Amino acid sequence: MRYAMAVDTRKCVGCSDCVVACQTENNVPHGFCREWVVEVMDGTYPQLEMEIRSERCNHCVNAPCVRCCPTGASHIVEGGIVLVEHNDCIGCGACMASCPYDARYPHPSGYVDKCTFCAHRLKNGLSPACVAVCPTKCLYFGDLDDLNSDVSIVLKKRKSKTLIPEAGTNPQLYFLI
Amino acid sequence: MKEELIVSGRMNQLIDPHLHIWHWQISLYLFLGGMAAGILAIAALYFIRGREKDYRTAVRITPFLAPVLLVVGLIALFIDLRHKMYFWQLYTNIRLQSPMSWGAWTLMVITPVSFIWSALHIRDVFPKWDWKYKWIYDLETFFNRFKMTLAWVMLIYAIILGIYTGILLSAFNARPLWNTSILGPLFLASGLSAGAAATLLLSKDKAERKQFARIDLVLIGIELFLIIHMFMGFLASTQVQIEAAKLFLGGPYTMSFWIFVVILGMLIPALLEIMELGKFHIPVLVPAVLVIFGSLMLRFIIVYAGQVSRWLY
Repeated sequence: MRYAMAVDTRKCVGCSDCVVACQTENNVPHGFCREWVVEVMDGTYPQLEMEIRSERCNHCVNAPCVRCCPTGASHIVEGGIVLVEHNDCIGCGACMASCPYDARYPHPSGYVDKCTFCAHRLKNGLSPACVAVCPTKCLYFGDLDDLNSDVSIVLKKRKSKTLIPEAGTNPQLYFLI
Repeated sequence: MKEELIVSGRMNQLIDPHLHIWHWQISLYLFLGGMAAGILAIAALYFIRGREKDYRTAVRITPFLAPVLLVVGLIALFIDLRHKMYFWQLYTNIRLQSPMSWGAWTLMVITPVSFIWSALHIRDVFPKWDWKYKWIYDLETFFNRFKMTLAWVMLIYAIILGIYTGILLSAFNARPLWNTSILGPLFLASGLSAGAAATLLLSKDKAERKQFARIDLVLIGIELFLIIHMFMGFLASTQVQIEAAKLFLGGPYTMSFWIFVVILGMLIPALLEIMELGKFHIPVLVPAVLVIFGSLMLRFIIVYAGQVSRWLY
């Protein structure tokens, strides 16, 4: 099993509903976020191009945060989801320094927190909160090993890219272009 | 023109607008650990080579600083942790891929060894010292019997400690400024240099001082070579590393790096040491303090600048 997410940069309108849904679902402390929306404007008027990306942890196959963690608190579970075991985390900051996407943040309680692909929802057969709530249905989630999953189908049909593949992390958050 | 904006709002504390999770604690620890490593490596090396008589300060007196430096460094590390009560998790895991895990275990060995090494020389340095209990004397005899083994352990672990402080940072591919393997040897050389400067500062023996001025001079030469090498590597690398180098070549860290680290911390003490080795006599306090200061500044500047450097996407 290999969970992955695809974000349609052409359908996303940047409403930030996913961000709020994530904060609500996961009790993210006030002033922090596990995911965010980036708007890229390229070119000069009137030739302008825009790309909107809903970003979060890339759940890398070669995750530098997991490699750097001195206690094993950062670990990869079934399906390739990168998680932090709060009671193993000492809050040293190595994982935050090692993430080229800056996808982690220090939780006020001391441990490090990040996107979990809503692992607790997946267990019950639900999709991640951001995917479930997206009003334009621009987020696709599923198992890459299953050729009939939403994400597999859309990645086969459309061109996609990942963020900083040259960092060698093998990210699993795809952006449809 | 390309403009990227986070439109949903994101201002994660310590992460945005650029990473700043590591502050003075880490910088100070990297310096103290490096200096302690330098002191212990030099002491062990001269003991193993049987030059204890010639370099008494380096082998017997300067190592008294090491436990103090290490303990202060460990306290700084502890202060830095955000989930403090779980720090013991470091010692229920061995993670070979994590430099920080290596460091934690290395400290676990080198700190007690540095205490034992000091304890073995305490009666020599302070003749009136009395251990009070017989079992401590027995313990002293025991460790004295295995002093050569102890010296080898100390040498190996001191070198690991010295290099690891650099590797800790260079393992972070996400921060292009740190992501250079030169950082390991550079921090080791800088730590050894600070260690040699400590002996230069404490020694009352003329021949020993001369020898340590010579050692320091060689180490400064190595450091300068490594720094030049580091920048050559950056400038011949990818865009992100070219930009990382620019932080020091016209960017916000230019003045502090070249003035405090290179000129005050290396070139001026090197010049003064050359004068000392020649006919002039200068107070050794000046080059020694400058070298130690430069070594401290190197850690601070690399730690802070590294967090500013990043991948662009």
